Amino acid sequence: MAAMLEVKNLGISFGGLRAVNEFSISIDKGELYGLIGPNGAGKTTVFNLLTGVYKPDTGVIMLDGKDITGRKTIEISKAGIARTFQNIRLFGGMSVKDNVKAAMHNHFVYSPMAGLFHTSSYRNAEAAMDGKAMELLKVFELEKDADLMAVSLPYGQQRRLEIARALATEPKLLLLDEPAAGMNPQETEELMDMIRFVRKKFDMTILLIEHDMKLVSGICEELTVLNFGEILAQGKTSEVLKNPDVITAYLGE
Amino acid sequence: MKKGLSKTTRSNIGTFLIVIIAYIVCEILLATGTMSSGLEGLLVPCCYYIILSVALNLVVGYLGELSLGHAGFMCVGAFSSAFFTRAVQNIITNQTVRFILAILIGAAVAALFGFLIGIPVLRLKGDYLAIVTLAFGEIIKNLVNVMYIGRDSSGWHISLKDQISLHLAADGEMILSGPQGIGRIPKESSFTAGFILVLITLFIVMRLTNSRDGRAIMSIRDNRIAAESIGINITKYKLMAFTVSAALAGVGGVLYAHNLATLTATSKNFGYNMSIMFLVYVVLGGIGSLRGSVIAPVVLNLLLDFFLRQIQLIGDNPVIGFISDNRMLIYAIVLIAVMLVTWNPTMREKRAALFSKSRRGEAE
Repeated sequence: MAAMLEVKNLGISFGGLRAVNEFSISIDKGELYGLIGPNGAGKTTVFNLLTGVYKPDTGVIMLDGKDITGRKTIEISKAGIARTFQNIRLFGGMSVKDNVKAAMHNHFVYSPMAGLFHTSSYRNAEAAMDGKAMELLKVFELEKDADLMAVSLPYGQQRRLEIARALATEPKLLLLDEPAAGMNPQETEELMDMIRFVRKKFDMTILLIEHDMKLVSGICEELTVLNFGEILAQGKTSEVLKNPDVITAYLGE
Repeated sequence: MKKGLSKTTRSNIGTFLIVIIAYIVCEILLATGTMSSGLEGLLVPCCYYIILSVALNLVVGYLGELSLGHAGFMCVGAFSSAFFTRAVQNIITNQTVRFILAILIGAAVAALFGFLIGIPVLRLKGDYLAIVTLAFGEIIKNLVNVMYIGRDSSGWHISLKDQISLHLAADGEMILSGPQGIGRIPKESSFTAGFILVLITLFIVMRLTNSRDGRAIMSIRDNRIAAESIGINITKYKLMAFTVSAALAGVGGVLYAHNLATLTATSKNFGYNMSIMFLVYVVLGGIGSLRGSVIAPVVLNLLLDFFLRQIQLIGDNPVIGFISDNRMLIYAIVLIAVMLVTWNPTMREKRAALFSKSRRGEAE
């Protein structure tokens, strides 16, 4: 079976700094994959390369057998990669429901004229969007807050809304950038359950960046460890975490 | 079905009702003759100020970009439509048909300008965008002032120099004569026409902001990077909001032009002061609040009328004279005061304390 995401020899430099070098990874469909590493290792840069925020200097990115190397962010979103952000980026001035509906932009299309005169294509699309949005919000226990402004949600719920919004684009691959950042142990626990649930319900392939070792060892099957832009270790979670190089990079000698 | 109306829908219906009730009240006052002539003269201006502030709110409040060139789009709409009306005056004699066509032409030409200017300009952000749009407004105004267009039996003559270089035949007539502008425009704007155009403007902006396209526009305002990551075409929706806003500003210009006998482009009517005044309306009414954009221009214009009438009544009062001569100064002070009250941290704390106290009072 072909991998959902196949990355070979990805690299990018900023000025003289080689931020990411010879990064290769292969994620199977339905897999939950972890990307870890110390601060400044280049994890978020990898995400930015995968989603087209940066254009790679070298390397190839294949999504579900299609070459998406060097494409624009919009095209990559349409091709099926959705992401969340390390520092939450919600649409603060819009309602929780509208945040999710905005992400269905390319799946429910009607002309501006249909929107102006509320034709049947507008009504059907909006009704379908409402239904789907509420379904997603229910998964993340946000359905009661659907009409609230996104900015007024507590921190943990904002993180969840971001995942819901990413899922609304109907991705093939979901990238989560430190989803548990700033959460307390109990919230992290809930988040882990939610990620497991999402993976099962939507049959989703997930790549996540994480600092929280408990979360990583708890849910990821495979890991890649980055250090100074280079791959330090790669393989089964339990094996990687025993690797002496990884322990050195994380804990110091 | 009615039960499921969302908060925004209900608020929008409320805004419509306010406009309709205000119209009916004014019509009753007009019919019974209790409205002063000064106030009556303000009715149509109020309409085009509302249209302009709603149009500008689409860019400032929903797209989140600052435009100081809306007087320019208004100018484009005014001159293109007035030119059209004068040009076809003897061909289309039905006033209503001609006025509707003039509105469509004013909107279309302003939209075209908005689109063409938007392509390069919308790459800029914040202050830079404001500066470029401000320059656009000034350029349009000055361009109109050097254009001379006339026609005679042999056809159209255009010059950027002066009237003589047009070499019009004896039967020729000037339509646009530089700083003298366009003269003898039939007065086709009426309060009713203005009222209908206000309703149409509100309808378009409300429907737009409640649609898929509106969500895309607002997502760009709230977080550009996230908007891109969910597959929204930033350039397309920025241009869309800007073009629609320019078209609506053009409609305001049509109403303005057909309310005058002679249309000229001076710094008083299409200068940057005007653009800033529209911004004052938007900010005072509330950024992103359509109801505010309807109420603010009316209130400010009625206040102006009040001061002007005081001058007529009590003669030369230095204080009132100063206020009416320095309207923009007063607006600026009001604007600063509003920002202090709404954004200053100390004031916000005080306000929050005040509100929570009154809420607690209710609970007890």
